[in-house]
Amino acid sequence: MKTFNQLKLNLKKDFSSFKTIKLAVLGDSSTQFLVYALKAAAYEYQLSLNVWEADFNQIESVIIDENSELYRFNPDIVLIFHSSHRMLERYNKRNPDTFSKFAEDHVSHLKILTETVKERIQSKIICYNFNEIDDAVFGNYGNTIATSFLFQLRKINYELMMFAADNQGFFICDLSSIQNRVGRQTFFQPSIYINTDMVLSMDVLPEIAYRTLDIVAAFQGKIRKCVILDLDNTVWGGIIGDDGLENIQIGQLGIGKAFTEFQYWIKKLKSRGIIVCVCSKNTESIAKEPFLSHPDMVLRLEDISVFVANWNNKVDNIHFIQETLNIGFDSMVFLDDNPFERNMVREQIPEITVPELPEDPANYLEYLYGLNLFETTSFSDEDVQRTALYKADAERTNLKQQFGKESQYLTSLGMTSLVEPFNKFNTPRVAQLSNRSNQFNVRTVRYTESEIASMAQSAKHFSFTFTLDDKFGSNGLVCVILLVEESEHTAFIDSWFMSCRVLKRTMENFALNTIVSELKTRGYSRIKGEYIPTPKNGMVKDFYQDLGFQFNDGFWFLELGGFNERETYITKR
Amino acid sequence: MERTELLKQMNDVFIEVMENPSIVLTESTTADQIAEWDSLTHIQLVVTLERHFNIRFTTAEIQSWNNVGEMIDTIAFKKQ
Repeated sequence: MKTFNQLKLNLKKDFSSFKTIKLAVLGDSSTQFLVYALKAAAYEYQLSLNVWEADFNQIESVIIDENSELYRFNPDIVLIFHSSHRMLERYNKRNPDTFSKFAEDHVSHLKILTETVKERIQSKIICYNFNEIDDAVFGNYGNTIATSFLFQLRKINYELMMFAADNQGFFICDLSSIQNRVGRQTFFQPSIYINTDMVLSMDVLPEIAYRTLDIVAAFQGKIRKCVILDLDNTVWGGIIGDDGLENIQIGQLGIGKAFTEFQYWIKKLKSRGIIVCVCSKNTESIAKEPFLSHPDMVLRLEDISVFVANWNNKVDNIHFIQETLNIGFDSMVFLDDNPFERNMVREQIPEITVPELPEDPANYLEYLYGLNLFETTSFSDEDVQRTALYKADAERTNLKQQFGKESQYLTSLGMTSLVEPFNKFNTPRVAQLSNRSNQFNVRTVRYTESEIASMAQSAKHFSFTFTLDDKFGSNGLVCVILLVEESEHTAFIDSWFMSCRVLKRTMENFALNTIVSELKTRGYSRIKGEYIPTPKNGMVKDFYQDLGFQFNDGFWFLELGGFNERETYITKR
Repeated sequence: MERTELLKQMNDVFIEVMENPSIVLTESTTADQIAEWDSLTHIQLVVTLERHFNIRFTTAEIQSWNNVGEMIDTIAFKKQ
């Protein structure tokens, strides 16, 4: 972890090529250093923060006053930082008869603030929760006494989670967890607090900045989707090729417990939608043996989406995994106990995240927990299914190799699609795809669930979502198109994004046929499209041209009068 | 540690915090004489000096200094 002074050096670097995010910071204690740390840490996420900082202790007034600078600034994100210290101060000043209502009062107060912000601007809200202060008035018995500060503070943290679970666009950054990890002594420095009113020590600021930026970056679709595992001394202790099946350390043997717990962690990641791959220098059949027949293995072959065990170098193998999954290197994490392999991968594929695993496997998990590698801002049924989806892809690839002609192969898949507008069932997945899609995304507009819900109600917006199912199973919701009426003749494509998993399946043709026929019915005569380049969406540079659109003055146009249905192997369900 | 050595090490900390390599401290240097030395950088100085010398200042000490020499007094006392 960098110190504050080291982190601060980032501020002198060049942010000009990064996307700018407008962040409003509202705190009830001194936030100047927090803002420095956030701006500096943003460099490491390739983001540039344009920060508006509310005056000291003005959280309420800037939110309630509709003419406040907050609303003129119109931030992308509002960061709300009520500190545990101020809470304690407020609690202390209360009439003791009302101690038991302290949590309830704060949470209802926060709900009003949140709703007020949401009514006026489209910002997302990040709220710090409360690092614990135990005033020790009741000792351990404070856990039993509902009026104690500790009881009330913990209750607020719980209520915040309940509130976040029900409120789109409201996200918690977990200061409480950070304090648990670094310790109160590191988190808080009393002498600095008394002199400056800063409730965060200089030592903890970088950590808080990074964990906050994790969420901000996830809003931008910067999330990790895949973990690639080495095997020997990473997934189990020992070397399977030398030690043999019965001697690798896992379960009760040697330091096996460390590896078993590590495997449970990977299994949980897989269950929440992280793709798990193996990249090992081994003979394939030997490397697979523990997965098939070791009784203590937690991970099984069906948990692994791509299994690569051979004697090629790992950089080539990781390239192979990347091509198979068709996701960016920057969404991958590579875990390997061997510093040589790590360095080689890091040097050759700089975008990939390569944690510097501790030498002692007993420390793997605590170290990895602290890195917060797998931030997300959504979780849907699709995530649970992801491993199955990617495995079905591998089967399709196999079938494809058996057919000489593309059309025969596509016909044999028996593809169908369910087309629906935005509704409350598909909203979470639409939001997720909107935030995850970087490559097949013509304008890269990100939507929150609440924005999607409001467009679903709008008479000027026409939304289309497409699923894709075939004989190997469902791919789920894979394509979204959002049209906005621009004039009585013209509909503008505000968004068109697709999961890269379904490239070359004629989905784009099917989708275009669908929207053209819908727009004709509604009396429009022209579609207007736009391509906004990003570092990642080069693959759709010629997308509109390929679909028969004509370029004119920065935009792409398709006249519906002369439109011929495009070839597709997908039928409507 | 000799006071001259303390002064030299403090000078290095000032340069790091203020990001200004041309700072030259004497015992009589005050905040008025260094443009970057304001209430914000002062806190960074305090924390960086604590880390550097592996000491902790009391709240009152932080408020008491009038010049670099008085800071050295405090550090020298704690490093005895």
